[in-house]
Order: sequence, then C-alpha cells, then structure tokens
Amino acid sequence: MNALLLAAAEEPQPPLIPHLDELVIGLIAFVIVFGFLAKKLLPNINKVLDERREAIEGGIEKAESAQIEAQSVLEQYKAQLAEARHEAARLRQEATEQGTAIIQEMKAEGQRQREEIIAAGHAQIEADRKAASASLRQDVGKLATDLAGKLVGESLQDTARQSRTIDRFLDELEEKAEAVR
Amino acid sequence: MSADQTLAFDPDCHIFTGCGFPAPGLHTFMYEPIATWGSFELTKPMLLAILSSVVVVGFFWAAFRKPKLIPGKMQMVGEAGYDFVRRGIVYEIIGKKDGEKYVPLMVTLFFLVWMMNLWSIIPLAQFPVTSLIAFPVALALVVYVVWVSLTFKKHGFVGGWKNIVGYDKSLGPILPLVVVLEFFSNLLIRPFTHAVRLFANMFAGHLLIVMFSLASWYLLNGLGIVYAATSFVMVIVMTAFELFIQAVQAYVFVLLAASYIQGALSEHH
Repeated sequence: MNALLLAAAEEPQPPLIPHLDELVIGLIAFVIVFGFLAKKLLPNINKVLDERREAIEGGIEKAESAQIEAQSVLEQYKAQLAEARHEAARLRQEATEQGTAIIQEMKAEGQRQREEIIAAGHAQIEADRKAASASLRQDVGKLATDLAGKLVGESLQDTARQSRTIDRFLDELEEKAEAVR
Repeated sequence: MSADQTLAFDPDCHIFTGCGFPAPGLHTFMYEPIATWGSFELTKPMLLAILSSVVVVGFFWAAFRKPKLIPGKMQMVGEAGYDFVRRGIVYEIIGKKDGEKYVPLMVTLFFLVWMMNLWSIIPLAQFPVTSLIAFPVALALVVYVVWVSLTFKKHGFVGGWKNIVGYDKSLGPILPLVVVLEFFSNLLIRPFTHAVRLFANMFAGHLLIVMFSLASWYLLNGLGIVYAATSFVMVIVMTAFELFIQAVQAYVFVLLAASYIQGALSEHH
C-alpha cells in the first residue's frame, strides 16, 4: 500500500472537489453496467420470470380444473349411489310385497285345497254311507223276506207289497235310531 | 504534508523509536498513477471503479445470460438481488406501474455502488472507490438528470417548476419562503447531500480502518504490543462493521434515488 500512496510532495486536493477524470470513469462504469443490465440481462430475466409466473398460474389453473372435475365426478358417483340405494330399497320393498302376496295366495290356496279335500271326503263318506245304507237295506230286506218266507212257507215275492212293507219297517228303524241319537 | 511525513510510512517506524505516528489523512486517498496516456492518468481507484463494472456485469452475465424456468444457483442468487431492488425498493417507493421503467437504473446503481464500496475490505484492493467524491458525484448526477428531466417531462415547464419548488396556493403568505427554500433544498442541496452522504460514510470508514491498521503496525514494539493487539481487534471489528455499512449505504443511495423519481412523478410534491 505504501508504494501506492501518493508522495506528500503533491498537495492533496480538497476532498469535496471531484476530480474530473474520476468523474468520467465513474460515468463510464455506470454506463457499462446499465447498458448490459438494461439492454440484455434484465429483459432476459424478466422474460423468464413472466414465463415462470405463467407456468405457475397455469399449474394452479390446471389443478383447479382437475379439482372441479373430481368434484363433479364425486357428485355424480354420489348421485348414482343414492339412486342405486333407492332402487335396492324399492326392489326389496317390492319383493317383500310380492312375498307377502304369494304367501297369502298360498295360504288361500292351501285353505281352498283343504276345504276341497274335506268336502271331497265328506261327499265320499256320504256316498259310501248311502251306498252302504242302500246295500244294507237291500240285504236286510232280502234276508228278512227270505226268513219270513221260510217261516210262513210261502213266497212273499209280491214285489210291490214286499218293498213297501220292508221300506216302512226300515224307515221306522231309522227313525228309532235317530230318536236314540 | 512535509518530507518527514513521507518518511512516516517507513515500515521500520514503530513506537519508542523516536518516530511519530504516521496518521492517515487526505493523502491516504491519493494514489500515484498506475499508467499514463497523454494527460490521462489511470489510478488504482479508477481501475477499481472499472473493475466494479466488470464484476457486476460478470455476475449478472453469469446469472441471467441464459436464464431458465427452474433457476440454477447463480440465477437464484441473481434473482434474489434483482428482486430485492425491484420489489424491496422500486415497487415500494415508486409503485409497480410507474416504477417498472426505473428498475434497471436502480439495480445498476445498487450493485455498482455496493461493489465500489466492497473493495474497501477486499484484500489487495482495500480501497472504497466511493470514498473519492467524484464517483458518488457521477452517480448522483445521473440520478439528478433523470429526476429533473422527468419532472419537466411529466408536468411541463411551468408545472415542473411548481413541482420542484413545492408551489401550493393554500400556503398563503409563507408561499414565497417555501418556494425559495424548496428551490434550494431540492435543486441544489439534494444532489449534493445525495453524493456526500455516500462519500462521507465510505471516507470515514476507510479512514478508521487505515488508522487502526497503521496503529497496529506502529505500536508493535515493546510494551506497545498490547495496544497493537487492541488496535488489531479494532481493525477486524471495523472491517466487519464496514461490510454492513457498505450495503446500507448502497441501499440508502438507491432508496433516495427512488424517492426523488417518485417525487418527480407525483402531482403534489
């Protein structure tokens, strides 16, 4: 440093008086920096900063639209799900109703069949009873007639008389039986 | 300055050897020319001034020459510096819409002044260029020309003068006084203080560092070693402090430049 310090032989300038050469150099220094920055380097970076901002804003927009889409899809799904639930409930309800109807029908059918069977049984029994009664009446009549014939020794084959007598007898028997019952 | 003071820079000059303290002074800020072309003499501060341009341009060249959407390290640092001036100073003071045009000027001023200041603590350079009044004057002059021409461009000739002298009818009888004061304050004193503020800070800072450095060396003899150590600690402290002041002064210089331009653009001064 010592070597660079000005020898005292030269009187130092008052510190507030600018040296013209230095002032010019200062201006040149300014112009160099300003020229590079203003003409090339700062426009460069501004362009990139704008691009970056656009890229970021574009990204945000994309994300927003994606979110909106996701939201709408979600709502769609929710609606579909609700519909499906509703449908299922409706089907269940219908099935229950149908089941109840079928059970009712089956019950009615069963009842009907039972009654039919019972009726058929009753009719059968009645028919059998009638047949048995008729056959019994015939048999008893014949036996009684035969027996009477054998006892009196003569034939009582007079059909008209015979049947009337027997029938009257049997009716009396029945009346008795019913009176007893 | 007499002949014995020239001898005072003798490296063998220490305390207790009958040698006086080689106090730094105005001569500390004077350099012998490194090279001479005709009447032009290139000195170390001039070289450092040009080197400041080279460093600033070099830095931004490396950072912004091929900027990428996803920045590299250099670009990231450059963007941080650029953003600091653009958002932190210009947008804050002038506003985004009007200020955008002046961003390159402000970025240039900030980084150039800062670099010129920084030489103060860079080994081998160790001289703040801005401690020579001519350099702050050159930069303040640029700002002055910009804001004065802007005032007249924006408000016309009469309006421009009214803006500069703070003409306001509602002031009534004190208006003449205000006009005179504002005229001196804005048009004459403002550029002076703008330059001198930077100059004086860097001048004083450099003087302190030089004084403690010289004292450390001068006291390095016998009992003086204890004081030399103290002085050397002060060199380190002052160097750290200067690092801070250099940035602050660059910031203040640009802040003022921005506020002058803002004043030129605004309707009511």
